[in-house]
This record gives sequence, C-alpha cells and structure tokens, in this order.
Amino acid sequence: MLDTVIQQALNALQLGSYYSLIALGYCLVYGVLLLINFAHGDIFMVGAYIAFFAATFFMGQHALIPPASPISVKLVFAGFFALILTAALSFAIKKKPQAAGQKSYSYPATLAGIFIAFTAIVYVWGQDIKLDTGADKLMVFAATLPLTMVLTSVVGVFIERVAYKPLRLKGANRLYVVITALMMGIILEYGNLSLLGANRLSFPTLLPRVIFDVGEAKISITKLSAILASFLVFSLLQWIVTRTKLGMAMRAVSYDKFAVPLMGIPLDAVIVFTFFLGSSMAGLAGLLYAMNFPVLDPFMGALVGWKAFVAAVVGGIGDIRGAFVGGFLLAFLEVIVAAVFSSELRDLISFTILLGILTWKPTGLFGKPKTTKI
Amino acid sequence: MKKLLVALLVAAFAFPAAAFSADTIKIGFNIPLTGDIPKVGEMSKDAAEMLKEKINGAGGLEVGGKKYMLDFVYVDNEAKPESAVNAALKLIEGEKVLAMVGPQGSGRAIPAGEIANNNKTVMMSAWSTNPKTTQDRPYVFRACFLDDFQGPVAAKFATEQLKAKTAAVLYDVASDYPKGLAEFFKKDFEKLHGAGSVVAFETFTTKDVDFSAQLTKILKAKPDVLFTPQYYNEVPLIVKQARELGYKGPILGSDSWGSAELMALCGDDCKGQYFVTHYAAAGAKGATKEFIDAFNAKFKQIPDDVGALTWDATGMVLAAIKKMGAISGDLAKDRTALRDAMATMRDFDGITGKMSYDGKTGDPVKCAVIVKITDKGEFAFHESVCP
Repeated sequence: MLDTVIQQALNALQLGSYYSLIALGYCLVYGVLLLINFAHGDIFMVGAYIAFFAATFFMGQHALIPPASPISVKLVFAGFFALILTAALSFAIKKKPQAAGQKSYSYPATLAGIFIAFTAIVYVWGQDIKLDTGADKLMVFAATLPLTMVLTSVVGVFIERVAYKPLRLKGANRLYVVITALMMGIILEYGNLSLLGANRLSFPTLLPRVIFDVGEAKISITKLSAILASFLVFSLLQWIVTRTKLGMAMRAVSYDKFAVPLMGIPLDAVIVFTFFLGSSMAGLAGLLYAMNFPVLDPFMGALVGWKAFVAAVVGGIGDIRGAFVGGFLLAFLEVIVAAVFSSELRDLISFTILLGILTWKPTGLFGKPKTTKI
Repeated sequence: MKKLLVALLVAAFAFPAAAFSADTIKIGFNIPLTGDIPKVGEMSKDAAEMLKEKINGAGGLEVGGKKYMLDFVYVDNEAKPESAVNAALKLIEGEKVLAMVGPQGSGRAIPAGEIANNNKTVMMSAWSTNPKTTQDRPYVFRACFLDDFQGPVAAKFATEQLKAKTAAVLYDVASDYPKGLAEFFKKDFEKLHGAGSVVAFETFTTKDVDFSAQLTKILKAKPDVLFTPQYYNEVPLIVKQARELGYKGPILGSDSWGSAELMALCGDDCKGQYFVTHYAAAGAKGATKEFIDAFNAKFKQIPDDVGALTWDATGMVLAAIKKMGAISGDLAKDRTALRDAMATMRDFDGITGKMSYDGKTGDPVKCAVIVKITDKGEFAFHESVCP
C-alpha cells in the first residue's frame, strides 16, 4: 500500500515538473507584460522538436551532411550554421542606434555565439564517437540541452518581435495581444505540420535506462532529471527575480510599464530578456518531456500548455512560487483522482477542484489583489 | 472582363461533374492523411495509387464491354469523427463518387457510415473492426474481421499461449475502437477464467501521454498479461512506461498495432510482443508476396495491414463494379446497383484472405493472424485463428 502511495507520488512529481516548468514561462511573461502568452504551450512543442533535431544532429544521424564527409566539410558546415544562427539572433534582438554612453544589450547574442561554437565543436567531434555506451550519449545530452534552450529562446524572442512588439508600440488593447498569441500558437502548430509532415518523430534515447528503487516503487533517471530540473529552474528564477538587477527591472516593468523608461531602464531589453528566459524553460521542458514521452507530434503542446496555464492561474499568475506550486498541485490532483477514482474522471474532478480554489481565492493561491489606480 | 472571369469559374466548377459522365469511374477515399495516425492514411493512399496505376496502365477497368479509367479522390479526415463526416459528405455530394473507401478506423467509420447509408452510397471500410460500423446499414461494408471475433481470439491466445490467468486492460475510453475491443476482451477473458479475472480495467482519454498513474494501479493488481488495444502512436508510450514502472510480463496488442511505423517509434521495447492482426508480411506467400514485393519496390517499405486491406477493399469494390454489368450514368441508380453487386459478392480472393458477404450484413468471415514482433523488428506469422 505504502509503495503504491510512494509510486503515485513520484508519478505526480514527474508530471508536475513539466506543468511547473511551462507554468513558470506563462508566469514570467504575464508578470512583466500582463500578457497571457497562449503561444507558450506551442513554444514548448517547438522546444521538443528542436531538441529532437539537436540530438540527432549531435548523434551524427541527421541527413544534412553525411557522417563520412571529411572534417573540413563538417567544419565549414558547422561554421556556416553558427553564422546564420548568430545573425538571426542579433537580428531578433537588434536595438535602434544608441545614444552615446548608453549601454548596448547584445549579451544574449554573445552568449548564443559561445553556445553555437560549442555546438560546432561537439558536432564535429561527435561524428567519431560511437553511441553504444551511456557516457557518449550523456555527452550528446549535455550538448543538446543548452542548444535546445538557446534555440527555443530565439523562437520565443522572434515571436515577441514579430507579433507582440508592433502591437505594444501601437498601444493596442491587451485583448488583441492575447488573440495574437492564440493565433501565433496555431501558426506554430500548423507550420510544423506543413513543414515536417504529419508523421510522428521518435525521440532518441539519450539517457541510459537506469531505474532506481525506492522501496518497491521505481523511478527512472529521465523522470528524476525532470523533477530535479524543475526545482533547479525554480530556485534560479526566484534568485534572478528577487536578487539581481535584471529581476528588479522586471518587477519594475511589471509595476509600471510607462514610468520605467523614464527611470533609464531599457524596457525593450527587459522584455526580450523575459521572453528569452521563459522560452528557454519551455525548451528545457520540451527536451525533458520528449525524453520521457518519446513520440513527438505538432499538437503535443496544446493540452499540456492549457493545463500549465490553469496551473499558473491557480497558483496566482505572475507569482513564481504560485506557478511552481500550481503545477505540482494540478499534477497531484490528477494522479490522486486517477488512482482513487476512475481515470476517466481525472480531468473532470481535478479541474472542478481547481475551479473551487479560484472561487474561494480568485487571485490564485499566492496572488495578491490589484487595485486600480485612479 | 468580369463576365469572362465568371464564365471561367463556372467552367472550373462544372468541369469535374462533366468529367464523371465521360469514361471514368470516380471512387472517393476518406482517410487520415494528418492527425493522430497519418501513417494509416499514407499506407492507404499508396496502396490505392498502386492499384489505380495497375488498372489504368492496362487500359482501364472493363465494365460491360467498355473500358473505364479510374479516378481516385483522397480526402483527409484528420483522424477525427467530425472531419470524417464532412469528408464523406464532400465525397458523396460534392465529388459525386460512385463509392467511398474508408474511413479506416472505427472511430471515424461509425459516424461516416451513417452518412453513406443515408445517402445510399456504398461505403467500404478497410480496417474498421467495431460491429457498429455496418450494423443495420445495408450500404456499408468492410474488408476485415470484427472485434467480437478479435476479442475472443486475443483472450484465447493470452490463455493458451501466454498462460495467463489474470489480465489487465488499458484503453482510451474516448474512442470507439479501443473501447469496444477492450469490452469484448474483458467479456471473453472473464468467460474463460471467471468473473474478476480481469484484475484491472483502466482508462485514459485521447491525447493523454502520461499513463503512469493508471499503470501503477495495474501493476499493483499483478496481472499475467497486459492487453492494450491502442493505436501505434500510443503503444510506444504505454510499453515504455510500463517497463519503467517495473512490469515484466507480456503486453498483447490488437490490429491497431500493425502499422509500419510502430517499430520506428517503439524500438526495442516492443520486440517480443504479440498482437492480433489481419495478415503477416514476413514469410508471406503467393499473391500476398507479389503485392508486398511490388509495394516494397515502389514505396521502399513493407506494406502494413492497412495497406493490404485497402488494396483488397478497393479491389472488391472494383470487382463489384465489373459485376454490375453496365454503368448507366445515372448516379443514384448506379450506386444502388453497386450495393446489390457488393452484397452478393462471394469468394473474393484477396491478399488478406477469401471474403464473402452473406447478403444480410456487410461483414466478411475472415481469419485472424497472431503476429510476433521478432528481435529484428519484423512482424512474423505466429498462428492463424479462423472462426
């Protein structure tokens, strides 16, 4: 009996870690821009696909260049690839010409450049490794992780530039931005469908199948890594938001978007950073999710994204602790309902309970009521 | 200028209708080219195209001494029931097809069958095994066995070959096919081993990917065999999660496992498992082997059961058209004549077995095959079970 309880708790922790990771992205963007980024679930899907291509790329299985080609060809290709990516990223975050003495915020591009150089090296070197041993796959995983996070962030920032920023500059109502976000999500889904076709992709096994015993209960290393990652990311975010200057700037933008530029805080850079951070977590979630559920399809982000959104709202959207706790709360409710009642009642009962929580505390568990300034 | 445009538009819309009355026979395909099971649609389309090329290449289909060219129209039903209904209406009323092949799976074939029957158009489902598809629908036929046959076959195989005394079932409660088959399996397994021998009967809903809560419950009940009648895109997730939670017993599948894409998605986890299906590609003989070789040469892959069944289903519709004697050109009359020709079809020699209709229902009597997934990932013939 106890074993079953422990096993179900581990199951819930695992499921909750994805919800939390995605909910944190919703929460960050909402916190800063008061915008519910409904495309976030689909950015998560894009993250999973990027992870797939990054992993197969590192494993040398990708058809882009044949594994047998000489090292010079590989180097040229990798360099070209790096050039394009860096250019795309700097285009995405390019700022208008600065006044003298003002600081230029191009560090994400520099960061990406470093990652991409790393990618190129690992790729070239990775051609010669044999993927029979766990240690080599671990290297592929170690290289896939940062690349996925960076590339997914590029997608997130690109969407912000293309879809949300023009509306923001026009001063459009928040409602239109939300509708734009929904539309972006659909564009990502169907763009993927038409680009890659409807067939499923099978995510390669990156981590060796090691299963730990917790009494009679079992947990695999992929599940454990998802749980650990969610706790790590949560701590990191909490630190960034409460302890760093950028975090302070984010909170300031959240407090008053119009007064902030007057104080010399670069509004645009803060927003880009927020999207960068939120999307990189979606990318991380996508990679971990794909490792546990290795069948990828273009619509995989829709349902998970919705659930993470609900989790963020229940936790109190805009509050990092709220999103984190909300994700796990939703997962625990789902698993408890499936374990105690029948699993077809899972979503019905767990979402009814969440509705009850919102009725009892409309701002969510950690949210504070906002007063309107007159 | 405007008038010219209008005239062009009218001509464009009128053209397809005109094309039909000429020497072509138009057959519609209601198949999932996107959605959850796109491989099913791809395989169906490939098999149909191959058949069309074969017949058109030989000068067309001869009906009553006159040669007709074949025109196949493919409409995507996205593997969704509501889209399958729309696709059926589009084919029957818009494209004015003589007959419709598909939808393939029962979840789509049951609602689309209603439309075809109401519009008095022959519908030929290749792969739908749920009894409701053809029930009280004289215009609806199928080319495969039924779940009330497949269920007992699976239960008997689990008992005799896998030596199971208890079983667990995990299925999607929101889809007609897995739900129906899970219930038939439960009924027949309990008939063999007494009430309560199905120790866990767990459900999930379409699009779920995390089954660990249900699988934990199943593992706690300690079943000898796990039966999961799910589609090939869900099977890898179920098998992988069951293994990671520590399940060591056999996992038994149904004909929905038999897609060419199963092994690409599932990998080593599915090797050594069994499933019930319509035909086995590895080690086939005669006409079946010829079909497999031709298909493999053309599309560079081994056809799965959907491909083989679509070949048979389409072939049977064409045989019935030949049997009609002559095509009058009056669509309603031809559709009814085709229905009568189909209902009296006896001993059609398909590559998945001989098929006959008894005139009362659209269900052929066919044998089932149990396939074992070998260590090489091939679907190898294990045994054949006939009614």
